[in-house]
Amino acid sequence: MTTGTDLPGFADPVLDAQSAFRAVLAALSCPGSIHDAGAGLTPPASLAPATAAVLLALVDGETSLAIAPTLQPAAGWIAFHCGPEIATTTLAGFVLAEALPNLAALDTGSDEVPERAATVILQVAALGSGASYTLAGPGLQHPTKFAVNGLPVDFAARWTANRALYPRGIDLILCAGGRLAALPRSVTVGEG
Amino acid sequence: MSTMEGYNFAYLDEQTKRMIRRALLKAVAIPGHQIPFGSREMPLPYGWGTGGIQVTAAVLGPQDVLKVIDQGADDTTNAVSIRRFFARTAGVATTTDTSAASVIQTRHRIPEKPLREDQIIVYQVPQPEPLSRLEPSRAETRRMHALAEYGLMHVKLYEDITRFGHVAISYDYPVMVNGRHLMAPSPIPAFDNPKMHQMAALQLFGAGREKRLYAIPPYTSVVSLDFDDHPFRTTRAPHACGLCGATDSYLDEVVTDDQGGRLYVCSDTDHCETRREAGHTGSESPLQEAAQ
Amino acid sequence: MAYVAVKGGERAIDNAHAWLAADRRGNPDVPDLGLAQIREQLGRAIDRVMAEGSLYDQDLAALAIKQSQGDLIEAAFLLRAYRTTLPRFAHSEPVDTATMAVRRRVSAVFKDLPGGQVLGPTYDYTHRLLDFTLAAGTAPPPPATAHATGAKMQRVNDFLVHAGLIEPDAPAGTTPGDITRQPLTFPAPRDVRLQALARGDEGFLLGLGYSTQRGYGGNHPFAGEIRVGEVTVEIEPAELGFAIDIGDITLTECQMVNQFKGSKTQPPQFTRGYGLAFGHAERKTMSMALVDRAMRAEELGEDVTAPAQNVEFVLYHSDNIEGTGFVEHLKLPHYVDFQSELETIRRMRAEADAGKEAAE
Repeated sequence: MTTGTDLPGFADPVLDAQSAFRAVLAALSCPGSIHDAGAGLTPPASLAPATAAVLLALVDGETSLAIAPTLQPAAGWIAFHCGPEIATTTLAGFVLAEALPNLAALDTGSDEVPERAATVILQVAALGSGASYTLAGPGLQHPTKFAVNGLPVDFAARWTANRALYPRGIDLILCAGGRLAALPRSVTVGEG
Repeated sequence: MSTMEGYNFAYLDEQTKRMIRRALLKAVAIPGHQIPFGSREMPLPYGWGTGGIQVTAAVLGPQDVLKVIDQGADDTTNAVSIRRFFARTAGVATTTDTSAASVIQTRHRIPEKPLREDQIIVYQVPQPEPLSRLEPSRAETRRMHALAEYGLMHVKLYEDITRFGHVAISYDYPVMVNGRHLMAPSPIPAFDNPKMHQMAALQLFGAGREKRLYAIPPYTSVVSLDFDDHPFRTTRAPHACGLCGATDSYLDEVVTDDQGGRLYVCSDTDHCETRREAGHTGSESPLQEAAQ
Repeated sequence: MAYVAVKGGERAIDNAHAWLAADRRGNPDVPDLGLAQIREQLGRAIDRVMAEGSLYDQDLAALAIKQSQGDLIEAAFLLRAYRTTLPRFAHSEPVDTATMAVRRRVSAVFKDLPGGQVLGPTYDYTHRLLDFTLAAGTAPPPPATAHATGAKMQRVNDFLVHAGLIEPDAPAGTTPGDITRQPLTFPAPRDVRLQALARGDEGFLLGLGYSTQRGYGGNHPFAGEIRVGEVTVEIEPAELGFAIDIGDITLTECQMVNQFKGSKTQPPQFTRGYGLAFGHAERKTMSMALVDRAMRAEELGEDVTAPAQNVEFVLYHSDNIEGTGFVEHLKLPHYVDFQSELETIRRMRAEADAGKEAAE
């Protein structure tokens, strides 16, 4: 069985990590905006380059990560390149999945420590096409359309419940191919 | 791109950068909320911009163009020192031109020229806790932020009004961010507060000694605390810049003699130079003098 | 033209650094100070800089002292800033001070005890008279020596623990916190408090410790034991599976024994304050032990009234690198803020004058 540890991480661990981080920072700063990430990466087949770039840039031995069953084939590669503490979904600081987990069951932080809440790295089929949502909130001058292929049909309702926890709540990074977008807990998501 | 031998790009090791980056992402997701982080000892003293430097080091890449200002000026010694630090450790291009910069690290001012969406401004913060003068215990202020219990600050402002007729805070004037978190804007003059509201650029704040960082995403509501019958208002010296004639910029007051002589000049040196290059003049301009 | 914008910050900094270098060197006719001289002859300064700089390296401490012209806080800062760039290869096993090769060991609570009182190299009974023979550079006579027995010298506290008269050590096991990686949060556990004190400023701890003796949070301390000597540091690399010796370090340990009247859950017994620091640092570790015990007030059900008992106050203000940075940052330009204050004061004065005129 191949563990994927023979596949490389960032070609330049310093500068590639910086550019992946800036993509995530820009994505969170402007919810729904789409950014390139992971160009040149050759991660295990189950991981999109953007997903791999986010993991390499943010996850390390000082973080905990839960890996959804469908992405387990990449677990060896992640362990080798990032080395996180593997945790259950309910406790992990980062949750890596292809199907949106039940957000309320994750660590949503506390009122005193809302920053402890989990970040979900969700690998989806496509960004910029698929179901359409209207986003509003910090980072957006005007309400903005955002399309994703790969979120559950009741996503807007589920996000509204997450938004109601504010300042607690889950932050979401969406990855597809070599592109990513993000929804911070502060954003509101409407249908259509 | 040349960097300092024996040290990593932008000085910090990669693990430290990841830690700061994770904290920054949470800070953006919770505008105005202070995130404790494992602030490192830097080769500059605490209180001299170590928080801003760590944030900048975590953000900066080889494509960036860095501008560093202190009191609005690019040539104050501490600004020079910090700019040199990054030129040395990250080999990045530096500029004094606000519009040419992609990352601006600042102490005590926001540039006069409106910032853009493709820019990031990093504030050096001495005291991130807006309630610190009212409640010294950080365990207690943390609880107040959790409950959005900001009555203490409103009482303080109201006491000012009763005593002086208006709020007697002229810098580091507290703001409410995204309608939820009370935040210290860092010791910028209250004159600069309105620039934070709905700013197009991402605003990042680093407090190294206090080991906190926080953020305001672009286009976020930032409201200076006030009362309906005593609305927030800004003050500047009621003069025109002696060099460029600007009547809307924040001014430094320069003592010119021991007879009460004063000269008022733009605190934002790049703003002033840009205006002078465009032909604007003030009462002390060489051209003006020549004309006289 | 009346005013020329101040330019040339870069040149000013370069010139200042050049002047500083010349000032540091002093009169070039006097021989340059060697690092070995500092290391060997200014040992207590080395120890303090290593403790507050959180880095055990006598040669680097000597360099830092030379570079800072003997400003020990500046020297500790140089070590800290260097330390923060070092990668971490391993974590040491806990050192065992019971196995210390003791050079000095005194107990104030027993006249004699197994292992004896060992006075060691101490200033305690020197008469503080300037020794002009030192100025002349005469060599000291060789000290008396005895054969090392190699016997382990049991800690005084262990005698009391056996009798159940003093609280036992807290159970070991959990990985201690590390304030150099994680920011302080409150309530701060004792491991974190001790780490902060061990790095803390000797003068600050001395003042706080002294205040507890004068009634601000006092707890009737006895110097159970102070010991100074060398201990072995070991690491256990994962690939080896057993501990290996990586060298010896000098430590000073102080166990203070304090009165305790008992609480609902605990019988009357002696409690402890603990001090430990790199090098020979008796003043530091004794102060640390007093403050450690004072900060346990809440845990032991005592009233928290004094500064030394206020954990947040002590921990946020004990670090001299943080303190010196923030106090000294006041010399950076603040003219923008000062200008805003000027405008506010002028406005308030104008309003006050207007009010006066209206009243007249």
